Amino acid sequence: MTSTSPVPDVGPSIKKVKSKTRAEKLQTLIVYVLLILFSLAFIVPFLWLISGSLKNSSELFSNPGIPKVFQWSNYKEAFTAFPFLLYLKNTLLILVVNIFGCFISNTLIAYGFARIKWKFRDAIFIIVLTTMLLPFQVTMVPLFLLFQKLGWIGTFLPLTVPAFFGNPFFIFLLRQFFLGIPYELSESARIDGANEFKIFWRIVLPLSKPAITTVIIFTFLNTWGDFIGPLIFLSNNKLYTLSLGVQQIMSVNDPRWPLLLAVGVSMTLPVLIIFFLMQKYFIQGIAMSGIKE
Amino acid sequence: MNLKRKNLRNGLLFISPWIIGFLVFTAYPLFSSLYYSFTEYNVISPPTFVGWDNYKQLLFQDKLFYKVLGNTLYLVVFGIGLTTVVTIFIAVLLNNKNIKGLSFFRVVFFLPTLVPLVILAILWIWVLQPDNGIVNSFLHLFGTNGPGWFSSPGWAKPAFILMMIWGSGRMIIIYLAGLQGISASLYEAARIDGAGPIQQFFQITLPMLKPVILFNVITGIIAVLQQFAEAFIITDGGPDGSTTFYALYLYQNAFQYSKMGYASAMGWILFVIALVIMLVLFRLTKRWGYDG
Repeated sequence: MTSTSPVPDVGPSIKKVKSKTRAEKLQTLIVYVLLILFSLAFIVPFLWLISGSLKNSSELFSNPGIPKVFQWSNYKEAFTAFPFLLYLKNTLLILVVNIFGCFISNTLIAYGFARIKWKFRDAIFIIVLTTMLLPFQVTMVPLFLLFQKLGWIGTFLPLTVPAFFGNPFFIFLLRQFFLGIPYELSESARIDGANEFKIFWRIVLPLSKPAITTVIIFTFLNTWGDFIGPLIFLSNNKLYTLSLGVQQIMSVNDPRWPLLLAVGVSMTLPVLIIFFLMQKYFIQGIAMSGIKE
Repeated sequence: MNLKRKNLRNGLLFISPWIIGFLVFTAYPLFSSLYYSFTEYNVISPPTFVGWDNYKQLLFQDKLFYKVLGNTLYLVVFGIGLTTVVTIFIAVLLNNKNIKGLSFFRVVFFLPTLVPLVILAILWIWVLQPDNGIVNSFLHLFGTNGPGWFSSPGWAKPAFILMMIWGSGRMIIIYLAGLQGISASLYEAARIDGAGPIQQFFQITLPMLKPVILFNVITGIIAVLQQFAEAFIITDGGPDGSTTFYALYLYQNAFQYSKMGYASAMGWILFVIALVIMLVLFRLTKRWGYDG
């Protein structure tokens, strides 16, 4: 309508601008209200986990709100009621090996896909992307049988060795990042006589710290929370990870829930700390995964 | 050595860890599971060839298999559907330029994705506790008694969908990144043409967001097909098989009933399902003019 009517005087149009800002203010208010409501729905279960970990058993069943007396002893007991430290040690061991393996393998592989031009490269890269969509359950049974033949069941090997052979999501992330590094840098190094590995190690890797950090964070997240891997491949309870250990004490009759919740808070806390320290890398890594160039 | 050959050699050398890993941990298992799927194998005695028996039994005799497919389809359709609507809605709210504290809200929506699966399961057992859980206590304020959630055959699947939405922060972030990539000039032009916010949403935001929606829906479906820990820990498939999802049933066959051949056949059916989904994906991306 406005486009067809000429604008002879200034008065009405100013009014219009004013009413528009009022409408905009109202709209902003509605957006805030909705965001706060959604935020509450997302945050309340979290708060409940923390408050539940500080209650005694009977209060946990009767009072969904803030604990009357804070039972800090739940945390002390949780550490001793089950082999928390042993499971923590196992988890950390797997974690360190996986971070190392993921770093080494995925940077090399991504470099081969991003910085060297060779025949079949892009066709093979499509296979890499396709494996990202392959559900784990498709290969789970034969993998188990393979690891059993190799005598790996009941050791950490099935949970660590595959990390040294690349992960499609990490290859994708690193490749995207490597593609953005100026090629002149590689060229001048090559003229100075550097070979491909030297260019990778001395030039591309030092410039890729943000992407590498993202990969390490996601490796941490995946390994720390992994459940089905340890469940299938670790038959010996001395090797259990935290996730599997928690599930095992949970499945006994009449588990002590407040202790479990205290373990839950303790297991979530390291992830939260790393998240808050490295937020930028989390958000970037995830936002990037949805944008295929 | 000429440059082309040198580059080919170097390229293959750099990606060699992936080639080995792909052959050993993906290709070999895939084909050996095809072999196992035609056998009866309980791990203790060697596999015996049974032809199509496993597939026949799955498709024509195992009534639970169809129930499992139905349960999984339910999660795919209603779970992914609802999650998509909610996450796009939240992302659009967050994309409002008048909003302050964007990073705060973003953190709030992302936090649930940081909870380890096992803890997530424990947490939700309590959140949806029929008598004293926070959800039913909240419903009680309005004078209604909430359902039994995980203990009710009709409400257990919706309970899993609630969990799914709660843990959808990654999708919100991906949608937000997609929304931020839409050029402001498009909205400007639409405003000049007199389009209101709702028209703008349907005529600009949604079409421009299509590739991102496609990505989230596909990865969401793959995640549902693999969903295991939550159901294994919370309900172990019950009540009355209502939450026996595909991955859980496959696990039960393999590791609880030691039917490795049967589970391998299930694995191959899952592979075909995933393959069909991927093919549809590539078709759609082509049609929508979204190619790498």
